[in-house]
Amino acid sequence: MSNKVVHAIYNDDDVLMDAVKKTRAAHHHIEEVYTPFPVHGLDKAMGLAPTRIAIASFLYGLTGLAIYTTLLNYIMINDWPQDIGGKPSFSFIDNLPAFVPVMFEGTVFFAAHLMVITFYMRSKLWPFKQAENPDVRTTDDHFLMEIGVHGNEEELVSFLQGTGAVEVKVIEKH
Amino acid sequence: MYTFSSKLKTFSLILMVVGAIGIGIGFWSAPKTIEEVETILSADSHGHHAEATHEAHATHDAHATHDEHAAHATEATHDTEHKAHLEHVLHQLQNKPWAAFYVACIFFMLISLGAFVFNAIQYAAQAGWSPILFRVMEGISAYLLPGSVIFFGVLVLSGLHFNHLFVWMDPEVVANDHLIQGKSGYLNVPFFLGRAAIFLLLWNFFRFKIRKNSLALENSDDASIYKSIFKLSATFLVIFIVTESIMSWDWIMSVDPHWYSTLFGWYVFASFFVSAITTIALVTIYLKSKGYLEQVNTSHIHDLAKFMFGLSIFWTYLWFSQFMLIWYSDIPEEVTYFVTRIEHYKLPFFGMLVMNFVFPLLILVNTDFKRLSWIIVTAGTVILMGHYIDFYNMIMPATVGDQWFIGLPEVSAVLFFLGLFIFVVFTALTKAPLVAKGNPLMEESKHFHY
Repeated sequence: MSNKVVHAIYNDDDVLMDAVKKTRAAHHHIEEVYTPFPVHGLDKAMGLAPTRIAIASFLYGLTGLAIYTTLLNYIMINDWPQDIGGKPSFSFIDNLPAFVPVMFEGTVFFAAHLMVITFYMRSKLWPFKQAENPDVRTTDDHFLMEIGVHGNEEELVSFLQGTGAVEVKVIEKH
Repeated sequence: MYTFSSKLKTFSLILMVVGAIGIGIGFWSAPKTIEEVETILSADSHGHHAEATHEAHATHDAHATHDEHAAHATEATHDTEHKAHLEHVLHQLQNKPWAAFYVACIFFMLISLGAFVFNAIQYAAQAGWSPILFRVMEGISAYLLPGSVIFFGVLVLSGLHFNHLFVWMDPEVVANDHLIQGKSGYLNVPFFLGRAAIFLLLWNFFRFKIRKNSLALENSDDASIYKSIFKLSATFLVIFIVTESIMSWDWIMSVDPHWYSTLFGWYVFASFFVSAITTIALVTIYLKSKGYLEQVNTSHIHDLAKFMFGLSIFWTYLWFSQFMLIWYSDIPEEVTYFVTRIEHYKLPFFGMLVMNFVFPLLILVNTDFKRLSWIIVTAGTVILMGHYIDFYNMIMPATVGDQWFIGLPEVSAVLFFLGLFIFVVFTALTKAPLVAKGNPLMEESKHFHY
């Protein structure tokens, strides 16, 4: 069982987009695409599922809102309902306007930070993480498409050369 | 070219006729004398918000009957306190049809002004997505002229003491009120009407010039015309933000002449601006559903929905900033504004918060929803009704107080102005092709994709 992959390297994002569409049409499985910058529409061309991070963020926001509401209600209303400057600490709703700034910021804080952490975890990013780019040029001005070799290697290489690749390499993956 | 469908035309005419009849009944059935108020109050003692159904005098001249009533008052042998109360309620009930008319009138006029402001912002910002909607915006802002003529008429009638919408216009009130006396350098009828006339003329002038240039651009690709629209828009926006602020003090805040708030102008602006963008979205969706505006795609709708969403939150931010600062410090001369609203207008006051904030927040936060016409129409309807209630909450507590009710005069006034609005807007839309040629950003706008 060989773990061979083909690296097709492009030097233009339009050529890359075209190549991605052709490769998908020819039913070759694209393992990964490395680009130096976001290429608009690449995820759609590759057929990647849309991200659900916005949904996660919304839920985190609700969590934050719940936490800060509970916190304020416990401290200001239940635990020690002190009269501070005549503010009505009789019930949560009576003193609600004073709590809104905190509840708002808490919601934003949770939604933002937990979403970022989710993003790091899902994309496996952390300090001291080993960089994964297969070719240093992909961070500068080259685009790399990685395709798994499952059938005829020669045919795949010649197909990729036909898509405008400036370089096609067959690599043994460990 | 758009053709005004006869169905919609008939619909708008029916709205106007029904509304006009309702407005007429509202004025006709307003009480004329203290005795009538007494019978209403005793009849209403079980529920104080019920509609008054009683015979009224044939005369429609509220001012004349007011004098008549004053004469009555001197003869009356009632307990003076009771009489003062009745007189107070009489003024409130006489104000009801006027205030209902006033709220609907200013609401629809400001919607068309807001659409024009949005149009000017798009020009000044050289937005690439919106030129395809410029004709829709121009159609909506076409209502500015008839709307401001009617509105100015109402202001003149108020200045001539046909109604009691603005208490500071009443010399008797001013004579006994040191606070208003101190403000009379600003709050006096000639200066007030002069300001109003200047503002309305300025807005209509810029709307006329920009529309004219926009039509001129249709038949030429002269870039200088486009540049002149850009300059006109930028100039208008500067003038607008000054006049808008003063307008909100004059036409809305001055019904409560004892109260003031510094961010009021922004608050009013946010309210009608979000309504205007909602109206643009609704008219666009209507035209698209009828097969016009083929090049408008869901991305354009999505952008409008984002504006609806963002500005709904902006409105809430200003509403809350105004409310919370006054609630927090609780200074008596400021807080009465909200005390009367929370005591007598609990449902509209907090209900509008649900309609203008909670509902759009939850429904328009979703990207996919922002592309669905029926979601936009639903959210838009709620937002428009919510902002009508917002204007209602600004005007009514000072003019009719606890005698408020959303009944025949209020609904009729809305129907009348809605009919007029539809009629004027869709007539204006037939005057020019719906896709403006000659705009250098039009090609980009046609292919706009988000």
